[in-house]
Formats: sequence, C-alpha cells, structure tokens
Amino acid sequence: MKSLIQKLVETPGPSGFEYKIRDTVREAIGDSADEIRVDALGNLIAIKGKKAAGGKRVMVSAHIDEIGLMVTHVEKDGFLRVTNVGGVNPLTCIGGRVLFMNGTRGVIGVSGVKAGSLPKITDLFVDVGAVSREDCPVKVGDVCGFERPFLDLGKRLVAKSMDDRIAAAVAIEALKRLESTPNEVHFVFSTQEEVGIRGATTAAYGVDPEVGFAVDVTLSGDTPDAMPRMETALGNGPAIKVRDASFIADPRLVDWMVRQAEAAGIPYQMEVLTAGGTDGRAIQLTRAGVPAGCVSIVCRYIHSPSEMVDADDVENSVRLLVKLLSEPIELD
Amino acid sequence: MTKKLEISAGQVPEIGPDQFALLEKLTNAIAVSGDEHEVRQIVLEEVKLLADDVQVDALGNVLVTKFGRGEGRVRVMLASHMDEIGLMIVQKNDDGQFEFERVGGIDERQLPGKAVLVGREHLPGVIGAKPIHMTTTSEREQKIEVSSLRIDLGPEIGDQVKPGDWATFATRFGILGPSIRAKALDDRLGVATLIELLKHAPENIDLLLAFTVQEEVGLRGARVAAYRFDPDMAIAVDSTPANDLPNWDSEVENARYNTKLDGGPAIYVMDGATIGDQRLVNLLTGVGDANAIPYQIRQPGSGGTDAGMIHQVRAGVPSVSVSVPSRYIHFAAGIARIDDWANTLKLLHTALSQVTPELLAVERRA
Repeated sequence: MKSLIQKLVETPGPSGFEYKIRDTVREAIGDSADEIRVDALGNLIAIKGKKAAGGKRVMVSAHIDEIGLMVTHVEKDGFLRVTNVGGVNPLTCIGGRVLFMNGTRGVIGVSGVKAGSLPKITDLFVDVGAVSREDCPVKVGDVCGFERPFLDLGKRLVAKSMDDRIAAAVAIEALKRLESTPNEVHFVFSTQEEVGIRGATTAAYGVDPEVGFAVDVTLSGDTPDAMPRMETALGNGPAIKVRDASFIADPRLVDWMVRQAEAAGIPYQMEVLTAGGTDGRAIQLTRAGVPAGCVSIVCRYIHSPSEMVDADDVENSVRLLVKLLSEPIELD
Repeated sequence: MTKKLEISAGQVPEIGPDQFALLEKLTNAIAVSGDEHEVRQIVLEEVKLLADDVQVDALGNVLVTKFGRGEGRVRVMLASHMDEIGLMIVQKNDDGQFEFERVGGIDERQLPGKAVLVGREHLPGVIGAKPIHMTTTSEREQKIEVSSLRIDLGPEIGDQVKPGDWATFATRFGILGPSIRAKALDDRLGVATLIELLKHAPENIDLLLAFTVQEEVGLRGARVAAYRFDPDMAIAVDSTPANDLPNWDSEVENARYNTKLDGGPAIYVMDGATIGDQRLVNLLTGVGDANAIPYQIRQPGSGGTDAGMIHQVRAGVPSVSVSVPSRYIHFAAGIARIDDWANTLKLLHTALSQVTPELLAVERRA
C-alpha cells in the first residue's frame, strides 16, 4: 500500500486541475470496479456492488485535489507573482519548490515583508530560472503544486498532500478489499474540495445516494502546543467525525459506525473539529438531504509541505471502511 | 418609427449606432439587485421577436431560448446579470432627508456629494455632505460612515419615497472618444452582448440566454436559472475591473491590475467562485489566437461571476467566464473601451459557432 500512497501523493493535482491524479487513481483501481465514469466537474466515480436485501446506494467521497498556487503576473525580470488555490499558508511556502502542470519547476521566494509581520500571499514570488518575461516558460493562469518527495518513516508517513490523497489511498484499498456487499457503493474521487467542496456537490447530486461517507484527514491534538480542545492523536485509530465547521454528522450514523468499529475490534477515536469542512457537507445537503458521516485519518501539519499520518491508522481506516460498506447500514 | 428587425444568423455582430443606443438605454435604466424591473422590460422588448421561447422565472430571471438546426446541438447557457449595485432607503427623517443602506459592494468613501435617482419615478436627490468651507482638517481625514449620510430629496417629497425604495447614481451614458462612460457597465455590457448574440445566433447550438437577477448580492438568480435550463455548458458574460493605471508612487511594476483596457475580452482561469473548465478556456483562447482576436487572461484571484453558481448546479455544468474590462467598476461612473466590447462579441460569437459535442466528449482536462 505504501507504493500506492507514494504514487498518489507525488502526482500533482491542484484544485480544478485533477486530470493527472485522476488517471493515477483510475490506473490504481484497474478492473476492481464494476463501472467507472467521470462527471462534468472531473469527479471520478467508481461503482462496486449491486443492491441486495437491506442494501443502499452509498456514496464514499475522498477528494483528489490539493492546494497549490496560480500565476497572476509575470514580471519583466521573469519572476512570477502568484495567488493561492485553496488554503495556502504563505509561511510554509517560503523556500519551497513547486511543479507546474507543464513540468516546469521553480522555487518560492518572498519580498517586502517588514520585520515582525507575517508574509501575505502577495509577498511571495516564484522563480523558475527565467531572466525575462519573454523566456518564462509559464504564463498567467498556469497552476502549480508544491513539490516534496514522499517520506517513509516506518510507523509514520509524510507527504505534501496527505490531505487528501491518503483518503484516496484508503478508498482505493477498501474498494479492492470489498468482497461482498449488499450495497451499491459509489466511490467518488472528488475534485475542487479545497476551494469549497465543489466537486462533491455535483457528484452527490449525480449519485443521488441514500447514505454517504466522506473520507478525509483531520487535525491532530498531539503535537507541542497543539490546538487546544482537540483530542485526536496519531496512532489511536480512524476518527469517527461527530462534527466539523461544515456539517454535523448524522447521529444515527455516528452511533452505527461506532458499533461497527467495536464489533470488528478496530480501534477508533471520536472527532470534534471546530474548523474546516469536508465532502460530508455536500452529501448531506444534496437534493432532499442524505444521512452523512465521515471517517477521518488524523494528520499533523495539515496544509504544510510535510503532512504526517500514522501507518496503522491508515490500515485501520481501510478496515473500518470495508466493515462499514460490507453490511446493511441500519439507522435507528 | 418602427425599428427594423435585424436578424443575421451566423454573421459576427458588430458595434454601431444601434448597439450604442441599446447600451445607453440599458445603462441609464435603474435595476438595483432585487428590483430589476426596468432592465427586464427592455430585455423582454428586445428579445420577443428573436427568441423561440421567453420566460420570466420565479426570481425574475429572463430565460430566452433560441434553438439551432441539425443534429447533436450542444445546449449552451450564457448568463449576464441585469442587476446593479445601488442603495436602499431605510428611514425617513425631517425635511426630505432619507437614511439609506447599500445594496451590493459599494465603497462608501465615494458616496458624499453624489447625485442619485430614487425609486421607479427616478426622483432626483443628492447624498449630502458638509462643504469644505465648514470642515476641519481632522474631519476631512475621516471616512464618513453610511449611517451618517442622508439622501436629500427636498421637503416637498412627502410620501413619494418610502423605506424599501431602491436608488442609484444619476450618471448618464456617454461616448468619450474610444470609450464608453456609464454607470452599471457591470453588467449591462453583458446584457447588451447577449442581446446582440441572439440577433446573430449561431445555428450549431441551442442558445440559452439567462438575464439574471441578484448577482451583486450573491449570484442568486443564476442558481435557479441554471437549474431550470439544465445546460450542457455555460459561459458567464460579465464586466470586471481594469485597475491598469501605473503605480504612481514607486518604481515597482503594477502587478495587480486584474485586467487592462484595450487588452480585449478577459477570459477567466480562476476567480473566487469558479475554476474555469479548461476545455472552455482553451476553446476561447484558441479561437482568439486563430482569428487574431485580442484577449487577456483575467488575473486569477478573488471575486465571482454567475458561473460560480451555474457550474455547481445539479450534476455539474462545465463553465467559464468572459468579461469586458472596465475601469472604476462599482463606482458612480465606469469607463470601458468600445474595441474591448466589440472583441468580446467577436470572440464569443466565433467560439460559440465552433461548439460541437466533441468539445465535451473528452474528460475535463488542460
């Protein structure tokens, strides 16, 4: 599974430009799905299983886009001014490297920041080694992802796009391990989550699910001076989301997820996230409304070039997802 | 005098006296978000003899359909908003003084001393302010809050004006050499563009025109318009700021111009509400390159057009935006170039004439 994770996290795919990562996902799924389609916004939807007694049409959504930068201006000396695609922290950009979709590489510099103040996105520039506007290999509107190799620390895994490629890996692996199910499961590899949960919005309408699960990363509370009131920690198992800032998971579904985890002896932790949103919101609010929940993989340093997850959490997330999808979903 | 009906399908529309007259009528009309009646009436009058179907929906959008000919026609939605930013009366004080609020994004620093027109009767008023003779230096350094401002309609106004009445700037349309000066160029330029495209509707597509309401307060009309049309693809046609003046206070390049006058139609790759479908971005830039029609990429960043709602409707709609650049947008008077408008019409018409099902048969990609 680690080689799959490496391939997924190292493929560039900023929001709106997911065509390469979509190909990577499609290749990884191979012939494991019964049907694969791509919708108008570029969501990849892989269907597995047929509805049997007690079964439902279930949507599982993991987003394949990542944060990045887009060129707003090419200066006469060839430096690129940029804007953010999704929630980019300028502090974590400085000195970093970027990879444009056309293969051009560059480094991120910063200018004009006064002592004691934090850089803004407009203070950043990208240097691709050009000496003039004319010889610059990229133009206004071109997009780049951050470039940072996958790092395997054994128990812990680090990459620039664990958010949310680790969830894509979990969903692909669950799809492959899912042997028999009474459900018709639509695995959605969604686009444009980082700019406002847009892909999942249209995918959910198209799938028209009866139940849905987002799979995403969540913040960890186990680092020095971590965000207060966040109990999640690496290694304690997949997190069952109760709420985030975008939606409140269906409490019946949360209870059922907990019971399923306990029945299968899978470690889990409860998640209450006061910030951030997930595809769960899009599923819950589509059409006339859908019971929705979320399986989260706890992650340190989210939206930095070095997002860290725990390998056992990843494996247990796959196990939990397979368990959730293998049986009739009962809400009381 | 009866106006000659001009129908010439396939031909690239051009800008002449008739088009200026239409834009003059549209920009001088008052249609602040939520009360688009005046512009809607103009649009309905313009489209009634040209369209195959015309509907006004529950929110007040005008939805116009012009069917093409032949097999495999793509259903293309074009959206331009009829509403403009403006003001709303909230309370009457003594002596014909009225308190007001803003509707849509208005920089309040521009308000003092402006002539305005209030209500459907276009009653003339002025936003009062203390003359420079009477103000102190420190007063002049302060921004005057909207809550401190009043629209003065004179003591004779009586009950003609009530809370809830809309108002906007009294600016009149004018041609200044190569430029158009008017209020509400955002987005009457788009409205006029859609009407001209209808007059010359390409026959390879079904043209679905949405003249939308309430864009300036959150893209509200476009959402329900797109749900109704359920199109195969969409283009929002709008107007966007040209902040292209040189930096007066430094040697540094102006790197935040958004768009530039004379640069041609502005094609959007990304704004705050939409990441443009690259199949459509490439169609537009390709048509521009192949036909030597000038165009520019609007600087990616914040802001939004009707595309922000349209692309997320139902199971998703491939969407992009194209804007006519104009200076001083959301102020009392804007400036746009006639050539930029003409090239916007040309680019859109040429691109629409090349839309085939093959365009959308490939997956969304760069």
